[in-house]
Amino acid sequence: MSAAALAEVAPPPPQAGAAEAVHARLRGVTRVYPGRAGGPEVHALGPIDMDLRQGEFFSVVGPSGCGKSTLLDVLSGLAPPTEGSVEFEGARIAGQVPDGVGVVFQEDASFPWLSVEDNVAFGLRREGVDAAETRRRVDFALGFMGLRDFRRAYPSQLSGGMRQRVCIARTLVMQPRLILLDEPFGALDQQTRLLMGDELLRLWRETGATVMLITHALDEANLLSDRIGVMSARPGRFIEIVETGWDRARDSSLAERPEFGAVTSRLWTRLRGESLRALGQGAQAEAAR
Amino acid sequence: MSPAAILRTVVLAGAVAALEIACRTGAIPPTMVVAPSTMLVGAVEALDDPEFWRHFGVTVEAVAIAMSIAIVGGFCTGFMLTRIPPLRRAVSPFLASYYSIPHLAFYPLLIVIFGLGRAPLIVLATLFAMVAMILATMAGLDRVPPVLARTARIHRLSLLSEIWQVRLPAAAPHILSGLKLAVAYSFIGVIAGEFIMSTEGIGHEIAYAYDNFNNRRMYALILIVLALVTTFNMTVFAWERRMLKRRGL
Repeated sequence: MSAAALAEVAPPPPQAGAAEAVHARLRGVTRVYPGRAGGPEVHALGPIDMDLRQGEFFSVVGPSGCGKSTLLDVLSGLAPPTEGSVEFEGARIAGQVPDGVGVVFQEDASFPWLSVEDNVAFGLRREGVDAAETRRRVDFALGFMGLRDFRRAYPSQLSGGMRQRVCIARTLVMQPRLILLDEPFGALDQQTRLLMGDELLRLWRETGATVMLITHALDEANLLSDRIGVMSARPGRFIEIVETGWDRARDSSLAERPEFGAVTSRLWTRLRGESLRALGQGAQAEAAR
Repeated sequence: MSPAAILRTVVLAGAVAALEIACRTGAIPPTMVVAPSTMLVGAVEALDDPEFWRHFGVTVEAVAIAMSIAIVGGFCTGFMLTRIPPLRRAVSPFLASYYSIPHLAFYPLLIVIFGLGRAPLIVLATLFAMVAMILATMAGLDRVPPVLARTARIHRLSLLSEIWQVRLPAAAPHILSGLKLAVAYSFIGVIAGEFIMSTEGIGHEIAYAYDNFNNRRMYALILIVLALVTTFNMTVFAWERRMLKRRGL
């Protein structure tokens, strides 16, 4: 691929080599929270219609509090939608997280009482995978995430970035077909973020998994994604899906290309008004208190 | 040895030596306190006496039963209360003010209810110890980061595995401090109860020696109880330290 192609929500031209099958499908999904202490209910999300294509890297950007994390909860099966349906690999998600879905959260979710190695093996042991296979997969994930020298360390001995790698490795060993990431690098410094972004791309390329990343960093979304969904202020809806058209074999050097800036400014143009609205919502809520 | 440990040892050894000198020179009469060396000899004698071991066994058994009920029951109750917020709100004032009650005052009542065996003692010690465990369990579970519970759900853990493999280890530092209290309170409950009204047990033996002006035996038994409780607590403490160190706390 050469130039970045910007497309509206209308079906984009298929990418070379990328499968077009739908991996996860949301139809008419909304999420409404009951109000606190008799207050009005909060319409957090939707209605949302969205397809995640098999093997794509999809990012979601949007103003603070627009329901990005709620979208992830609903898509992963952690929270049921108030209305609408969520399907993963053709089966409706009901009640629990389906097999084949892995989630990485923004907060440090490593288990402080387990060594790095045991953290990574956690899911495999719980599924009853045999010891030899567990060892093989854990070794691979530790090597892949650059954690081999730290396998016997405990999370408290690692930096925030390393702990996030542990969480990614723990997800990776389960060989998920859909990986959902909720601002996984949000707490990291800028340099670490860029490097982690490259690793995420490598992981995505080598595993062939479908990835949905939630982020507030526009350049991060731009760099990593095939498509970027721009969400409105609450209740969050997709106001545009931006197609980047980057090569599958991309890395952070992409940021030097002129088309890169064009995509980021496009995202910001769409997002600016929504962010202002979200700020207004925040101010209103503050005033109502 | 760290400077703090050296200082601690010096202070302790100095206090024991001062007491020894005061007793030997007659500054403290033996009717009040006997010399530490005499206590030690008395303790060795007691340890050689099969009758002592019978009383020791009776006390340790009661403590073990009370402690187990307090720890298991306290954890389960604490867990249940965190799961049922209205119930928790209803009972929390009682729990908060629980330790202002002089529990020992209820011992006669417990004897009326449970009779003159070991049962009232065990109930007394359990009542005394369990609430510390309930409070610590709730404090620990309240502080389990929500992201760990979400991680458990991502791994599709059943409620039981979630408690056992995620919530319990995550809350362990708090729960362990409750456990230490529960251990101490169980000892206090049982031995204090034996003091007041019992025909056997270390507490009874101490009271019996006291009543008969047998200071040598009384202090020897107190020394043994101290050694027992300290050893037990140090074991839990070492375990706790290892765990906290691992977590960088």
